Amino acid sequence: MANKGWDEFDAGAILFSFNDKVDNIATTLAEDRPYSPSNSFTASVGDWRIEKPIFNKDYCIDCQFCWIYCPDVSIIARDKKMIGIDFDHCKGCGICVEVCPTNPKSLLMFDEHKDDDECLAGWPEKDEKEK
Amino acid sequence: MADKMDLLDVEVWDGNMAASQAMRQAQIDVVAAYPITPSTPVVENYAGFLANGYIDGEFVMVESEHAAMSGCIGAAAAGGRVATATSSQGFDLMVETLYQASGMRLPIILNVVNRALAAPLNVNGDHSDMYLGRDSGWIQFNAYNAQDAYDLNLIAFRVAEDHKVRLPAMIHQDGFMTSHTAEGVLTLSDDDAYNFIGDYKPMNAMLDFEKPATYGVQTEEDWHFEHKARQHNDLMTKVNPVIQEVFDAFEKETGRKFDFVTNHNLDDADVAIVAMGTTVDTAMLVADQLREEGKKVGVLGLRVIRPFPFEKLAAALSNVKAVCCMDRSAPGGTVGMLYNEICGAMYNSANHPVITGYVYGLGGRDMTVEYLKGIFADGEANAAAGKPTTPLQQFIGVRGPKLNFL
Repeated sequence: MANKGWDEFDAGAILFSFNDKVDNIATTLAEDRPYSPSNSFTASVGDWRIEKPIFNKDYCIDCQFCWIYCPDVSIIARDKKMIGIDFDHCKGCGICVEVCPTNPKSLLMFDEHKDDDECLAGWPEKDEKEK
Repeated sequence: MADKMDLLDVEVWDGNMAASQAMRQAQIDVVAAYPITPSTPVVENYAGFLANGYIDGEFVMVESEHAAMSGCIGAAAAGGRVATATSSQGFDLMVETLYQASGMRLPIILNVVNRALAAPLNVNGDHSDMYLGRDSGWIQFNAYNAQDAYDLNLIAFRVAEDHKVRLPAMIHQDGFMTSHTAEGVLTLSDDDAYNFIGDYKPMNAMLDFEKPATYGVQTEEDWHFEHKARQHNDLMTKVNPVIQEVFDAFEKETGRKFDFVTNHNLDDADVAIVAMGTTVDTAMLVADQLREEGKKVGVLGLRVIRPFPFEKLAAALSNVKAVCCMDRSAPGGTVGMLYNEICGAMYNSANHPVITGYVYGLGGRDMTVEYLKGIFADGEANAAAGKPTTPLQQFIGVRGPKLNFL
């Protein structure tokens, strides 16, 4: 944003997500919404993260728990199918991993700098219940 | 749809009921409140009106005054008409959120029934809580009696919600002296009162789904100063013209005239007492008695505390020779707020009266006719001498050795 002077703001430090009026925003995909520069959609805050969630689609049942629990809308899903993670906005809180109900989990936290393929290669086996 | 209440032309109300009735007539969307003496009846009466079907809005009972103002902020940001009431320690607890409300430019109406601040704990009236709020970026109106409390509530909604203003406003009334003293109050009908305030017109409502807004942003050293400057600019330049418009409209509607300062016989006076709250009414009574004895004395009541009316105050005091400033709050190691502001207003004006300060009435101690006569006598001596004949700060009505400073 340009370095505006004191007289160029909306009173109250109010910011708008969209430059103009929008309609049917709930049915418009994020990448198609006319976000304004003051919306965080275009800003990357991925460098806040020290651990990252890795998604393993082999075990995912598309229950959408991660999507609904993510506090930063960083789970990307389309047509109720889990696709992956928005790493520009994920802060690495690990809530998606915590709520994932599959066995083994379909999301696990790894060191931010670990190679993704290496993470998937070392995925744990199904945890057998003791009989 | 809320029922209407048939009011008599003159109702016997105390200041709390006057505020409650004005709030009812405003048809507020959300009141979030927590009770505290002496303001409790404001929201208690209001809750009663709601329970009896006279109000359509929501009443939210919360766990503290911090939560009360936070609830008001959320509701105002969402896009509704909002008000509440508090006093003293509750006001203290609200302070953090008061700055949030004004910084986000949310037109919340807060009835402050003024009361002393602990320690020691005290439920009676003084202006300590009012003074605590004076840098918070709110508009502050000052009622001298129950009629003012009613009228200024109606005025405050219209001023605060004006899109040129969009700032929260407090209406101050003296704890017990105004809040619990039943007086005759001239009323407006429900329709007339509501039409005077007008429908709430949302601005940048968070729940406007066509243009959703973000409230409560963080601004560091590269943005914060500009936002605070904008708010101060609007307080200094935009608010008072709107207050004047609304005062004029109110006079047209009711015949009751308000001004930024109440000028009681100041034009040919040598001595002025400057005061707030119930002391204004008492000082006017005393000034009238002294006038009958041929003494040229008058009273200035401060009606709008913030934004402080520098020019209007200096103009009203442009002929006096001595000013006695009455501060009902312990200044904590300096001069009183009124003394300070009035010196600031007069220093660069053409008239330079002798200005002295008085600290009085703490914790509900009475300000009597006799005390006021003594203060006018001090002022007359100062006017005759052309310089202070007393210390600049005197404590009035406190037991023990005479307490003077400066």
